[in-house]
Amino acid sequence: MAEFWNTLLPILIIVGQSLLLLVLLLVSIAYVLLADRKIWAAVQLRRGPNVVGPWGLFQSFADLLKFVLKEPVIPSGANKGVFLLAPLVTCLLALAGWAVIPVSAGWVISDINVGILYIFAISSLGVYGIIMAGWASNSKYPFLAALRSAAQMVSYEVSIGFVIITVLMCAGSLNLSAIVEAQNGRFGLLNWYWLPLFPMFVVFYVSALAETNRPPFDLVEAESELVAGFMVEYGSTPYMMFMLGEYVAIATMCAMGTILFMGGWLSPLPFPPFTWVPGIVWFLLKALFFFFLIAMAKAIVPRYRYDQLMRLGWKVFLPLSIAMVVIVAGVLQFSGLAPK
Amino acid sequence: MNELLQDYLPLVIFIGVAFVLSIGLLVVPFLVAHKNPDPEKLSAYECGFNAFDDARMQFDVRFYLVAILFIIFDLEVAFLFPWAITFGNLGAFGFWSMMVFLAVLTIGFIYEWRKGALEWD
Repeated sequence: MAEFWNTLLPILIIVGQSLLLLVLLLVSIAYVLLADRKIWAAVQLRRGPNVVGPWGLFQSFADLLKFVLKEPVIPSGANKGVFLLAPLVTCLLALAGWAVIPVSAGWVISDINVGILYIFAISSLGVYGIIMAGWASNSKYPFLAALRSAAQMVSYEVSIGFVIITVLMCAGSLNLSAIVEAQNGRFGLLNWYWLPLFPMFVVFYVSALAETNRPPFDLVEAESELVAGFMVEYGSTPYMMFMLGEYVAIATMCAMGTILFMGGWLSPLPFPPFTWVPGIVWFLLKALFFFFLIAMAKAIVPRYRYDQLMRLGWKVFLPLSIAMVVIVAGVLQFSGLAPK
Repeated sequence: MNELLQDYLPLVIFIGVAFVLSIGLLVVPFLVAHKNPDPEKLSAYECGFNAFDDARMQFDVRFYLVAILFIIFDLEVAFLFPWAITFGNLGAFGFWSMMVFLAVLTIGFIYEWRKGALEWD
């Protein structure tokens, strides 16, 4: 009996931790969504959602309730299995990435030594949800939008890969916690990789926008031409799961930007009054800062055209990031700064 | 084996919990929401017209081309991963062999650019 508990107890603890992280993540997503709408409204001198609860704080939960009570429609021409599998895949893959993200020193569900490779693989798989949705709907708008979206996501995936490579060369590890620790130093925020790798930070930011189909790269749901993109035929919670997956993916990108370039949970000023603050607070502040950048891009930048989007991805970012990989490798090699 | 399990078991459990949560979300409206299907509501959306033709039509070959280019470059990124974390220990030989590899890749990239594989007009 004691043996039984010895094996079961750790598993129950992990289940509890997973549940806690997921619930906190989903609640944060609800407020991130509200923040997104509020920032967008503020830029346009509107109030944004302000009716449900004080300052509209319960808006996202009211939306959830509304989605759950909507009639789920499955078009008669659709492939039912794949049609319902698509939102599940999108949502599940977006959530799965959070298993390896360290929100503070040691605060991570699974501290695997190939964390960043795992995130890279999971985010590459994200395109399947969209392709499945577009194909299974058996309708023209979703089909065209799925093609566009897939091409867009894979194009920027490549630049993100090269950005990650440059960070790895400086950090010398695939473990996300080790990458954060590698940025620890005497100069606080000047030690973080955003400064030496600033061009890559910009490439990462823009690619993150394109990768998550955020404006100005939201060609997938360009209302004027493709109605709502690959989600045209969806309603009720399947639709909500696409939106949820999209926002979780944005949160993952914010966390990645924080870990790779902004020192994760490290304090920006490495002396006492600031180092007493728990790491999670710094992590959240940095991730929110990154999200604010993304939300502002939605509010102030006009939408790109599709050919401009592909040109930016393949003809600007790809050569730039290959060149940066060579330059960073050369500098590290000949200055002897490479991590041993 | 045990160490591997210790690293990856939490990952599997986390994905399992996330799966249960997502399945729950997906199934709820089928249980609680009002359903009243009719043929018009269930037909494919096409801005008010009756849907004509099969939607799974031919598409531009450039999408296919982008997918192939993606595979080449993504594989190359995957190839760079192990080099990137160990190259401090590899010395000059490791550095220059990867530079030669990147140069070969760049030649291929220039070729495809010249051939117009990256043009969208």
